[in-house]
Amino acid sequence: MAGELVSPTPALRGSARRTAALRLLRRRLIQAVPLMLGVVIINFCLIQMAPGSFLELMTAENQVSDPATVALLRKTYGLDDPVWMQLLKYIWALLHFDFGFSYRQNMPVIQAIWIHLPATVLLMVSSIALAISIGVAAGVVASMKVRTFWDSLVSIAAMFFYAAPSFWLGIMMIVLFSVKLGWLPVGGMMKIGGNGGVLDILHHLILPTLALGLFYAAIYTRVMRSSMLEVAQLDFVRTARAKGLSRNKVTIHHVLRNALLPVVTILGVQMGTVLAGSVVIESVFSWPGVGSLLFDSVSSRNYPVVLGIMVLGSLVVIAANIAVDLIYMWLDPRIEIR
Amino acid sequence: MSGSALPLEIVDLRTTLFTRRGEMKAVDGLSLTVGAGETVALVGESGCGKSLSALSIMRLLPDPPARIVGGQVKLNGRDIVPLPEETMLGIRGKEIGMIFQDPISSLNPVTTVEKQIVEVLMTHTELGRGQARVRAHELLELVGMPDAARRLDAYPHQLSGGMCQRVVIAMAIACSPSVLIADEPTTALDVTVQAQVLALLKKLQADAGMAMIFITHDLGVVAETADRVVVMYAGRKVEEASVDELFENPLHPYTVGLIGATPTPGAERAERLADIPGMVPPLNALPQGCAFAPRCTRVMDRCLTEKPALTVPGPGRLVACFAAERG
Amino acid sequence: MQRFEFVARFARNRGALVGACLILFVALMAVFASVFFPTDPLRIVGLPELWPGEDPEFPLGTDSLGRDILSMIVHGARATLLIGLFASAVATIIGVGVGATAGYFGGWVDEIAMRVAELFQTIPNLIFVLTIVVILGSTLTNIVIAIGIVSWTPIARMTRAEFLSLRDREFVQACRSMGMSDLRIIVSEILPNALPPVIVLSSLVVAGAILFESAVSFLGLGDPNVASWGRLVGDGRQLIRSSWYICAIPGIAIMITVLCLNLVGDGLNDALNPKLRDR
Ligand SMILES: Nc1ncnc2c1ncn2[C@@H]1O[C@H](COP(=O)(O)OP(=O)(O)OP(=O)(O)O)[C@@H](O)[C@H]1O
Ligand code: SF4
Ligand SMILES: [Mg+2]
Repeated sequence: MAGELVSPTPALRGSARRTAALRLLRRRLIQAVPLMLGVVIINFCLIQMAPGSFLELMTAENQVSDPATVALLRKTYGLDDPVWMQLLKYIWALLHFDFGFSYRQNMPVIQAIWIHLPATVLLMVSSIALAISIGVAAGVVASMKVRTFWDSLVSIAAMFFYAAPSFWLGIMMIVLFSVKLGWLPVGGMMKIGGNGGVLDILHHLILPTLALGLFYAAIYTRVMRSSMLEVAQLDFVRTARAKGLSRNKVTIHHVLRNALLPVVTILGVQMGTVLAGSVVIESVFSWPGVGSLLFDSVSSRNYPVVLGIMVLGSLVVIAANIAVDLIYMWLDPRIEIR
Repeated sequence: MSGSALPLEIVDLRTTLFTRRGEMKAVDGLSLTVGAGETVALVGESGCGKSLSALSIMRLLPDPPARIVGGQVKLNGRDIVPLPEETMLGIRGKEIGMIFQDPISSLNPVTTVEKQIVEVLMTHTELGRGQARVRAHELLELVGMPDAARRLDAYPHQLSGGMCQRVVIAMAIACSPSVLIADEPTTALDVTVQAQVLALLKKLQADAGMAMIFITHDLGVVAETADRVVVMYAGRKVEEASVDELFENPLHPYTVGLIGATPTPGAERAERLADIPGMVPPLNALPQGCAFAPRCTRVMDRCLTEKPALTVPGPGRLVACFAAERG
Repeated sequence: MQRFEFVARFARNRGALVGACLILFVALMAVFASVFFPTDPLRIVGLPELWPGEDPEFPLGTDSLGRDILSMIVHGARATLLIGLFASAVATIIGVGVGATAGYFGGWVDEIAMRVAELFQTIPNLIFVLTIVVILGSTLTNIVIAIGIVSWTPIARMTRAEFLSLRDREFVQACRSMGMSDLRIIVSEILPNALPPVIVLSSLVVAGAILFESAVSFLGLGDPNVASWGRLVGDGRQLIRSSWYICAIPGIAIMITVLCLNLVGDGLNDALNPKLRDR
């Protein structure tokens, strides 16, 4: 196959790449529809499998007895209809962002989740940013000093952070940095009575970010190290050296960018676990995000909120995955959309 | 430094592989000179040390396991073997250019052609980015890239193998090196493209007066391209002659075998070399005497105990074989 | 012969060997828990909040109620390891089933199976587990199944890949031409060949499952009758200002166990793919 005479595709540039990105976006959005449908069906199955009636589930602890409300709910969810009709009605309700009402917060479920979402997204973004910066840096250092003291040190540290439960790591850091040293706050998102200045929030963000991010940093370190070593063996690296580029330049301009690709791939795969991990970390640090809401709702058996979080959490993961795909496409011009 | 120094003079180059299974002499006392405008072909079966010789000249050996353990590589009169890495950075890509076997994998898949050419220009010349881009375009035209202006923005996977090789050639000659090393530059290409690339290399070399080392399996290509031929076997030079003399009157039994396994020079069909019966002995288990003895048709007692040294059977010729000495 | 080489390669990997020994130690601890500590670990036996080393009778100290931490750790090992093993078994059964079907039949079956795998990767795993547990109840079985349900996708992908590469081999085609049923070919011909890397992956899933279970128990949503290590961390959380060791010790136990399982998994992997390592 080597040596075809004609160019298979003309160069992609500027607007061409933009259209390609838009095509990717459209395709991913279309693929998201059956995924979301699947999530909703799983949700519905869980409801059906639950002991107790649907109505009891959806009105949770408050045991709504007002006949008007009960009648309304029966109608909305079609409780007198056959199961498949109920499913359709459930989907219909979700399509209108009607996730039910949370009596505990005294507001629609969607609203309760919405106001908790920014804190979680902030924690996720900062943790991923931390994980990627540490992982890439440590992986590059380890690969450039392969089989030396530094390489071993990085590998051992990565092994430990990969095995440490994040909640435990969080508590241990609270013991050290908050209780013993008094440097950082024990929990929360801002000082009590504070107005949430950026610096105050960042101050509160440090420990939860470390607790959640270091696990992923460990993964990225390992992936990055082996990917750097693998790419360094490839022919084009030798070509770059034959051009007279220094070892550092070759590493940064040629090896690094190619080696990043697997990291981006697993970043996409792990979006869901990052969101899930933040549930535990939020509970450790009383971080007022979706995780705290979930924990509270699980403890109080507030099912509508729990189910709503599952659906919206999946939505966040899908969105994040699309973002990751676009990043991948930007990094690797070989990706073309069929 | 005298102006008359040869572009490339290799004296007794020794490169050893230090592996778990012991030390292996991959290049064992190779001497070679290439004059300005001259093409020397380096031929031999797979694994005889051609690529390691080339990488030794570039000081780009995979270390570990390979290291130069002796000899000189004089580039325009200056021995580059003892030079520190920083000095080598200024030599690679500027005084020596290199072209590799697999053009597509020789280019960085995530960077545009233009960036890869500009990079070498900006490393070795005073050109600013804008000027370097203009020069990159000129270089692509020079290497005969069809539709050059548009290819600047292309990524390697969007180009054919032949076009990628043209890009690699453009990078190698970008700073007008005095020596060009081409390690099987056409092996991975279609036959028609091979001919085009060969013609291009010949033309570029003639125009710039570069000294060229041309590594190949293909004796048909040798006949077309080279002025002189060096035949290697198991890390050693076993014969050297001008192209015409080599094909007319090969002296070493190995060369005879190679040519016998190839159709007449210049013929259309290009055969690979490996048609001599027997296998190349592994480098860590070379026979005590002549390395070719186990496969040689003219083997004598002496060949089994003594290594034949290079002798001069005629003007401008060298051969390492007891039988050939006697004629 | 081949098996011996495999063992030798594994044993040459020092990390994996140490990991295997420590795992064995933890497993023995779990098996003989009631021999070493015959009394109920949750019984109050001494003064509360004794630091490790303070009283030689309780080498790891006592918790806020005066229970022996060492005894709780040893008994907790049993719960933790068993949950990890069973959850990994559930994941392996689902994963191998889905992956084998997808890889063997290909086509639309494969397409659907992979979409389902994608679906289970989309739902944030711990949120899914918590939802299942809270709706269906915090019993040990539910927790084990829930963790298995969120952990099977990597196993399915690997099984599928193995099946894809094996299904067109000659020995499989020979079976087909002999009229062997698909099920029989899958189970008795292809599966044994596909299994080694899958088992390695399952050993890594055990580590993941232990981390999962510890998170669920830490949040206080585990089976109330089971004192796994995660729950001990959660219980100790209130006292981090005065007696942080109550939290620290079970966490270290989790970390070491998971670390060793990962080392063993990596060692098995390297022993299976010597090429990757010898480079
Ligand atoms: N990185 C390496 N590690 C170990 N051995 C090597 C390495 N590179 C080359 N060798 C060995 O050195 C010997 C010479 O290799 P070299 O690549 O120079 O052969 P060659 O003549 O270029 O062959 P080919 O025609 O196949 O390219 C071979 O026996 C090869 O196995
Ligand atoms: S020296 Fe002897 S064995 Fe070697 S090539 Fe000449 S005749 Fe053959
Ligand atoms: Mg070669």
